[in-house]
Amino acid sequence: MARNKEALLLLIDVGPSMHTVLPEVEKVCSMLVQKKLIFGKYDDVGVVIFGTEDTDNELTNEVGGYEHVVVLNHLKVVDGDLIKVLEQLPRGTVDGDFLDAIVVGMDMLIKKFGQTIKGKKRLCLITDATHPIKDPFEGTKQDQVSTIAEQMFAHGMKMECIVYRGQQDMDGNTSVIEENDILLDIISKMTSSRKVHVENSTSLLGALRTRNISPVTIYRGELELSSEVKVLVWVYKKTSEEKFPTLKKYSDKAPETDKLATHEVKVEFEYKKVDDPSKVVPPEQRIKGYRYGPQVVPISSAEWEAVKFKPEKGVKLLGFTDASNIMRHYYMKDVNVVIAQPGNMKAALAVSALARGMKEMNKVAIVRCVWRQGQANVVIGVLSPNISERDDVPDSFYFNVVPFAEDVREFQFPSFSNLPSSMLPNNEQQEAADNLVKMLELSPTGKAECLQPDFTPNPVLERFYRYLELKSRHLDAAVPPLDDTLKKITEPDSDLLSHSKPVIDGFRKLFELKENPKLKKSSRRLLREKPSGSNEERDDPGNIVDAEAVNFIEHASSFKVEKIGESTPVQDFESMMLRRDGADWVSKAIADMKSIIMQLVTDSFEGDNFQKVLECLIALRKGCILEQRRILLVSTSFLHLKMSC
Amino acid sequence: MELDPDEVFADDEDELESASYQGKEATKELVVYLVDASPKMFSTTCQSDNGDDESHFHVAVSCIAQCLKTQIINSSYDELAICFFNTREKKNIQDLNGVYVFNVADREYLDRPTARLIKEFDYIEESFSKLIGSQYGILAGSRNNSLYNALWVAQALLRKGSTKTADKRILLFTNEDDPFGSINGITKKDMIRTTLQRAKDAQELGISIELLPLNRPNEEFNASHFYAELLGLEDDDLNQFMPSALMRFNDLKNQLRKRIFKKRKVRRITFTIANALSIELNTYALIRPTVPGQITWLDSVTNLPLKTERSFVCTDTGTLLQEPPKQSQSYKNEDIKFSSHELSEIKRISTGHLRLLGFKPLSCLKDYHNLRPSTFLFPSDEEVAGSTCVFIALHKSMLKLKRYAVAFYGSSTHPQLVALIAQDEILTGGGQVEPPGMHMIYLPYSDDIRHTEEVHTYTGGTAPRATDDHVKKATALMRRIDLKEFSVCQFANPALQRHYAMVQAMALDEDEVPEIADETLPDAEGMARPGVVKALEEFKLSIYGENYEEEVDLAVGGKGNALAKKRKAEDAAKESTNYDWSELADNGKLKDLTVPELKLYLTAHSLPVAGKKELLINRILSHLGK
Repeated sequence: MARNKEALLLLIDVGPSMHTVLPEVEKVCSMLVQKKLIFGKYDDVGVVIFGTEDTDNELTNEVGGYEHVVVLNHLKVVDGDLIKVLEQLPRGTVDGDFLDAIVVGMDMLIKKFGQTIKGKKRLCLITDATHPIKDPFEGTKQDQVSTIAEQMFAHGMKMECIVYRGQQDMDGNTSVIEENDILLDIISKMTSSRKVHVENSTSLLGALRTRNISPVTIYRGELELSSEVKVLVWVYKKTSEEKFPTLKKYSDKAPETDKLATHEVKVEFEYKKVDDPSKVVPPEQRIKGYRYGPQVVPISSAEWEAVKFKPEKGVKLLGFTDASNIMRHYYMKDVNVVIAQPGNMKAALAVSALARGMKEMNKVAIVRCVWRQGQANVVIGVLSPNISERDDVPDSFYFNVVPFAEDVREFQFPSFSNLPSSMLPNNEQQEAADNLVKMLELSPTGKAECLQPDFTPNPVLERFYRYLELKSRHLDAAVPPLDDTLKKITEPDSDLLSHSKPVIDGFRKLFELKENPKLKKSSRRLLREKPSGSNEERDDPGNIVDAEAVNFIEHASSFKVEKIGESTPVQDFESMMLRRDGADWVSKAIADMKSIIMQLVTDSFEGDNFQKVLECLIALRKGCILEQRRILLVSTSFLHLKMSC
Repeated sequence: MELDPDEVFADDEDELESASYQGKEATKELVVYLVDASPKMFSTTCQSDNGDDESHFHVAVSCIAQCLKTQIINSSYDELAICFFNTREKKNIQDLNGVYVFNVADREYLDRPTARLIKEFDYIEESFSKLIGSQYGILAGSRNNSLYNALWVAQALLRKGSTKTADKRILLFTNEDDPFGSINGITKKDMIRTTLQRAKDAQELGISIELLPLNRPNEEFNASHFYAELLGLEDDDLNQFMPSALMRFNDLKNQLRKRIFKKRKVRRITFTIANALSIELNTYALIRPTVPGQITWLDSVTNLPLKTERSFVCTDTGTLLQEPPKQSQSYKNEDIKFSSHELSEIKRISTGHLRLLGFKPLSCLKDYHNLRPSTFLFPSDEEVAGSTCVFIALHKSMLKLKRYAVAFYGSSTHPQLVALIAQDEILTGGGQVEPPGMHMIYLPYSDDIRHTEEVHTYTGGTAPRATDDHVKKATALMRRIDLKEFSVCQFANPALQRHYAMVQAMALDEDEVPEIADETLPDAEGMARPGVVKALEEFKLSIYGENYEEEVDLAVGGKGNALAKKRKAEDAAKESTNYDWSELADNGKLKDLTVPELKLYLTAHSLPVAGKKELLINRILSHLGK
């Protein structure tokens, strides 16, 4: 059994008022189960729905009551069938009572796990909480809920609430909604768990944490205000990109009859001498070289070790500065959060005092960090205050890395004011722009902010997991199109667009855009930056349409060229380069091309062949780029050429 | 027809760049250092920083040496030549008197800097009188004009490369403000005229001439004697000339070793504001972590570079896979296979460009909404005329209304929500500090955000909160330790600077690696100021009370931890006596025990308990001496 085994119970409201969002609920719950199948294979998951016509739960059988609550799936280790269950949640007919469902869920968790796996028992309630819960036999609803919350806490359970409030249901029953909110707040406060409100279906997809990552500190130690005053802190990651899953390479070379085949692919790296590619250099004979001008300087790791920069572990305060001195675009990496050592009241007080002081004065702190002993470099970062809104969560700092002097490239750009007036907007145009900015507001007053990062799921991952499930059922399924809920992330909201149509049209009319067709063709290709550091943005080369490469393949004629002739050397060369029926063709093509070029140069009379030579050279160069490894060979041939010119 | 190998081999990217309209951005710098080697340069001295007297010649030469060492790291593709004039010997293409071009083997006169050049140039002062010799070249009675010759040689050296792609400069070091002072009459007039004409010719060819004058003691370099006209300085400029030239001198000497990146757009993207309204933008990487240059693997015997070959081998059959293999994800006990086409299809969720979704107030952008360094956006009218106008209008509105734009950037590998923040231009005396444009900040998705601050909660709403008094002490502290002029890029990266120093030391066979100051350490002096110490003390007192030391000790838990460890070891010792370890070891039965059982022995004897079972057994055996 896995050490981090978790038990999760989904409590889903399927009453009539929830019907509109149930498709999204189905999706987000299936996604959760899917991720568990990959990342938490040993976790238990159960599903309880409420607001149904029927009743089916143990508590009803034992003590009666608890109507309209159905246990759809008992707590058991996740399996693929559960997804099928969640994909077709029954639609209920009555207004559900979420408290009944919570009690049923708690009962299931206690019966199965008792006092074990504390803190790893999770309830997840998805409801709109717009309908009143039943009055208790004695005491108030508040008392009842408090008792339940105490029980939850005593058994180490956590409960997440996702309260969906669409735009439609704000009619009349506000008192009920308020009451329910207070009740749910009691639970969330007493069990230290989250309660979130979402207003649209896209946010609903992002609201549920579909993958549970146990947090790991990257630093535990002192925050040195000075050599005398130190505050004990822990540092966690606040944001960390959830990457596209790393897939395993798969080999289909093994015969199908071989049932024991692993289908694994081993990636081998070999280091070979440039002048003699048949010789493989063993790892111990390799040494790292660094560029110094045109030379490469070999430096052994031992020499390196002796002089390399070795900073001491620690986080030191350099000083405070105005928040406006650190511009937002200087933040370099994902963000950390710095909290006081848990349980250390004095440290928490110190962090709180500093954070609140910074907030009040609009300051940030500059710190120098070495998270681990033996870290290769220091990190300069900025601490900004994070004042907690919840009483049970202590204040903390966000930590962002800022660049070193070497990391900032001082490119100059023309001032807007120096541009010719034809490129500057006139008053009318400026007004239209102002209106546009005002109109396309995503955070209108009185309404929830749209596309809040905290509630916006990654559409690529959503799509990948959905496709994975699809493929597990139908081997050759096609990639499904992006559904409407996810499209709201990649495209502007159609309601907002139609609402602000006059403003957009006005804007469009005032500005004249003209395409320059000449340039469009010649320099269509997008530039890619040369990777100079590990963190540069990378792009899949396969996706950038390389016009030349395409041309190259189109040129390939159906017949097989075996020799490059003088009449059409370029075409011959390209066809030969594309011959894949033997490994030698590429080398032969380059060798032949070389001799053709030399011949053309020698035979040329007053440069009459030079145009052709140039074409050949260009073709040769293109071919070499595609073949990468031959470039060196060709360069030497150029030297010959230069000399004979 | 001339075939320029540079042109044929030029990267496609360079071609595109040179076609770009963005003003003419030189991609390369060609510099000729022109050093006056007249006897006057050796005889006059000035005070150095540490109080020693040093000759003007030494000042000029060491400045150039410093420049070379910086340049080889910053922009090693730039080319340079070092040229002395007023010399006894001559060495130059035109065979002109009094001009000597310094060079080393395997290098053209104007070429990239090499380690050898730097190394030999370091010893130039010792060998100078023997090899080159100093001799003033402009004398009454002779027709020789060494300054004229020097300019001519420099101009000839700079013939290489077109002015479109290269920035050509002559840096002239001299302490002689009146080079033709010793001659009179018509000869003097004639010489001045020809020299000025020579300089003008050079300037017309796109070569800029910069003068770095050295002041003689008690006599300031007077540019108005001769050089003002050569440089084309007017009255106002002339007054400004000396101070700015001195500043430039210092800048040259104290350059930071920092790889210089040529301004280059990363890509051209289309920004769709509404249907049928798309403008064109260029993206630039203004801030990216700089890493030590690429590693080239070398053969340690021959020091020749090696090439790396990667191959995919099928573990089942051992065959070499030619095409990139399919990829799979294990799911429900099955391998679900994906082709690379399917994978890229999954990632293609948008048209590949930037699409405006709406605007939000700047306060909605939280400090934790960050994942990667930002990208800079600047409009371009190259393909879509009118883009700049639309961009500026939006830019102004966003600044005025304090809004940022939310857009979806559909790149093929990292489709992502982004925030576009309008940045107004910031100018200081020195020039542009922040260019005008928009910064694209990559926003995290909900999958990327962790609620780690909520991991350790104080149940029941009792998280410690600072009182007003605490906050007051904290703000007092902040006022004391205030970095007023802080700018994010004021620190050099200590590890990187150490790396450069190391590479330089190895390349030039220097005996020791020069010590690089770590600028990132706190300012100990400033922290020790009484005001700061007092503010810190008060803050400490208000939070921790009198017993700071005890509190901290308790929190570190040093003692408690040790105690727990000791108790554990005692328990383990007791338990482990239940086993006859040496007998188990002799019969090879240790492997039948469970890992916790094995660990009993290890804890009892305070041995490490980490590792796999086999390792644990080996550890026990070796402890038992078997």
